[in-house]
Amino acid sequence: MDTLTDLFLIFFGAAIINNFVLHSFVGVCPFLGVSTRTDSALGMGMAVTFVMGVATTASWALTRTLLRPGAPLVAWGWDLAGFEGAAPDLSVLSYIIYIFVIAGSVQFVEMYVRKLFPALHKSFGIFLPLITTNCAILFACLLVMKELQGPGPLWGLHHSLALSLGGGLGFTLAIVLMAGLREELEFCDVPKPLKGTGIALLVAGILAMAFMGFAGVDQGIADAISSAGGTR
Amino acid sequence: MSDETPRAGTVFWNGILPENPVYRSLLGMCPTLAVTNNLNSAMTMAAATTFVLVASNLMISLIRSWLRPHLRILVFTLTIATFVTIVDKLLAAYMFSMSQQLGPYIPLIIVNCLIVSRCEACASRQPVSTALLDGLGMGAGFALALASIATIRELLGSGTLFGLAVLPESWPGWGIMVLPPGAFLTLGALLGLTNWIRERRTAS
Repeated sequence: MDTLTDLFLIFFGAAIINNFVLHSFVGVCPFLGVSTRTDSALGMGMAVTFVMGVATTASWALTRTLLRPGAPLVAWGWDLAGFEGAAPDLSVLSYIIYIFVIAGSVQFVEMYVRKLFPALHKSFGIFLPLITTNCAILFACLLVMKELQGPGPLWGLHHSLALSLGGGLGFTLAIVLMAGLREELEFCDVPKPLKGTGIALLVAGILAMAFMGFAGVDQGIADAISSAGGTR
Repeated sequence: MSDETPRAGTVFWNGILPENPVYRSLLGMCPTLAVTNNLNSAMTMAAATTFVLVASNLMISLIRSWLRPHLRILVFTLTIATFVTIVDKLLAAYMFSMSQQLGPYIPLIIVNCLIVSRCEACASRQPVSTALLDGLGMGAGFALALASIATIRELLGSGTLFGLAVLPESWPGWGIMVLPPGAFLTLGALLGLTNWIRERRTAS
């Protein structure tokens, strides 16, 4: 399978099949909290996509060079300092470093967007500080970390970018769909105990059922691409 | 929570029902939905979260006089991340298959809003004993919520509890309950139920 197919499958898998919110349940807090209006939901989704891209890129670079067994930068530093024996495995520090990276990326994205795109900052600036504790970002970093430790071929930067873009856009899709549904729900006669979060969760359950219909589509796409490549 | 020291029993009980983290404050939704498809993983998650909650509450409460307002959230998160690393390594060493099953959800305890909010609302203002009781109470409340959801999902989904067959063989097993949609549906229904019960109790 060539690289482009790989990238497409990672993107499609993260966005639709294993949707971050509706399949892996990360980022449920903003999904329920900010999804009452379509425009603010779109702003939140864009902010998450932005930060996810920056944070996974930074954590990919750090994991590749520092935070895995036999990382090159650690070995080089170990030799330079003149220590004997094998370089230590710094992967025990990864969670702490990721938290720093995420908090840093949120700051960085906020500064950059405020300076260069004031209009954009107006529309999603208020969501940026909330993102630091959004589990979707840490989840994306952890997925990248897993691919950089496994026995298989290590992920390149393009793989991790495809994952973060797919994950971010999938989150945006889910939260915007949810906001559209909730805008309509305001006109419905909901039983009193279920008002607010209760009915939102039930609607999310039905939405998740709809997304379950995509299971296995990736294999079909991969087969279609490889058979088309064969006949060419 | 006010700044005077409340009674010990109240602090502990508060977390279990009156301020239950899942049903009342809607905190920590991510693990609540993700790991409740069977009781074993739900209880492991509850124990891990309770350990991190109690340990970081204690630590924050011990250093509360040195905390500075602008750095406090960062200090909270780093403390939590340290304890989560400990739990993660312990699980990988002693319960390997469970640690594989829970996968990324153990590290995701770091961004569980429940723990940060307890550090902020309680541990950074209260003495060690109160912080300890608050952590234990909130942990028990979280475990109770996870257990209630996991019981329904595992019983209806596969007819077992803790992996042991409970319902007769003829039970068809509602596959949807152990899949992602079942989590949303169960939590939504239980949330409605708790709201309904509370309304009736306040009305009468």
